[in-house]
Amino acid sequence: MRPAGFDELGLRRAVADRILPSLVAAMAFLAALALSGWVGAASLARHWQEGAGAVLTVQVPHPANAAAHGGGTRLARVLGLLTGTPGIAEARALTEDELGELLRPWLGAAAERLAIPLPAVIAVRLADARTDLAPLAARLEAAAPGTLTESHGVWIRRLSVLARSLQACAGLALLLVALVAAAVIAVATRAGLVARREAIEIVHGLGATDGYIAARFAARATLLAAAGGIAGAILALPILLTLATMAAPFAGLNAPADSPSNVLTALPTPLWLALPGLPAVAAAIGFLTAQATVRRWLRRLP
Amino acid sequence: MSPNYLPFGAPAGENTGMVRFDRVGLSYRQAGGGHAGPEVLHDISFTLPDGMFRWLLGPSGAGKTSVLRLMYLDALPTRGSLNVLGVDVETARRTALPRLRRRIGVVFQDFRLLAHLSVFDNVALPLRIAGRPEGQIRADVTEMLRWVGLGQKLGTRPMELSGGEQQRVAIARAVITRPSLLLADEPTGNLDDAQAERLMQLFKELNRLGTTVVVATHNDALVGRHPAPALRLDHGRLVGSG
Repeated sequence: MRPAGFDELGLRRAVADRILPSLVAAMAFLAALALSGWVGAASLARHWQEGAGAVLTVQVPHPANAAAHGGGTRLARVLGLLTGTPGIAEARALTEDELGELLRPWLGAAAERLAIPLPAVIAVRLADARTDLAPLAARLEAAAPGTLTESHGVWIRRLSVLARSLQACAGLALLLVALVAAAVIAVATRAGLVARREAIEIVHGLGATDGYIAARFAARATLLAAAGGIAGAILALPILLTLATMAAPFAGLNAPADSPSNVLTALPTPLWLALPGLPAVAAAIGFLTAQATVRRWLRRLP
Repeated sequence: MSPNYLPFGAPAGENTGMVRFDRVGLSYRQAGGGHAGPEVLHDISFTLPDGMFRWLLGPSGAGKTSVLRLMYLDALPTRGSLNVLGVDVETARRTALPRLRRRIGVVFQDFRLLAHLSVFDNVALPLRIAGRPEGQIRADVTEMLRWVGLGQKLGTRPMELSGGEQQRVAIARAVITRPSLLLADEPTGNLDDAQAERLMQLFKELNRLGTTVVVATHNDALVGRHPAPALRLDHGRLVGSG
């Protein structure tokens, strides 16, 4: 049996040991970014759909004023109408603190102390997201003129379509990166075949099978591609962590990655699982591409 | 190099050292295209029985190297039929040819050693390709190189050896697998008379042990000193046999 590392074809010098891993590292880096786009878009779509798919917001201006008909304040009247309407699972007026929290990004921490007449906001959860809201909105408007009924469903659907489209683009980018990586490895392998043609012909003449020769190239390409994949994944990690920290608020997370445990939770679990897979996939692409390229080339020999 | 103490016995495996050419024609594909070029061998027919020694003679360009290339399966006939060691080459599956090549030893005029490998690794290569155990390879190759007088140069690269030493490495590599068929293309071209004579003694000893040997040369003096049946080629045709 041939000893491990026996380089009968002289491939250590023939198959570029710097350029190929560098190019594969660049591909793995791009793949990591595309992968994070994929995971991120999927996570956002899921979050938006689950969190706000059946939510309705009702704004009641001047909530403490008297309602148009009957007794009580405008807010109480609207709340009463909402809770008595079939198809509505829950209707709850936000507290002042909750309202302040909502407005904090726009007006700062002192929102409630500003002399701005704030409407009351009622969060309504629908039992069925497909409920026709137009008659309800008309009834609320009649009871408390100026009341705004806003359904999030349309926006959620639009955002979901956008997120799915982004996910598809990320998938396409991943596919393209894999194809380019395969092309790069094929070109490097062909260059190696040309450079070591004489040695290949000698070994072939001594009775080496196509599989024997292809295995030498595949071993070299697998090693170099795996090295490139590891380098690319490691280089991408800090950028992914930064992006994840920036994207956390949009996904309902607010933990900045400032401690070791937060760093671990900053990236979604699927991304942590996928990142170590990048070198493995790069190695697999290297192996398969080199095998196919060499075996095809060897068909020219008898 | 002492042929009286060859470090191996009869050829390994089945001793069917027979080669048969039947109206064989050969044209090489033209460089850069798939079209066949002009025919370089025309209607070659002969049978080489088991265990024979044959000279392959003819002027430069007569087709000696092409006949040898067909014999060691470096080229396939474009017409006619060729049988090497009991295998019909033109009908055999391509995957069957590597195993057949392992039963053929070839000594080239330009040696065709791998410059990046040591002497030991060059000679060990056919055994490693055949998947022999490394322990056996170490013993066989060391003994073979000691026998050709290169026992002290196992780790040396071919480029650091003289032409005669490189030739001995090439011979060691060709016979290490105990081939059924041994082919040599102008093997004495880079050797002085004494070295050439020792090489001929080796070939004859291998032939005595059962290996079919074909030596292509245009060294008439050498042929005169070692009379044997010959295949004579001229302009790609067989003009004499026997």
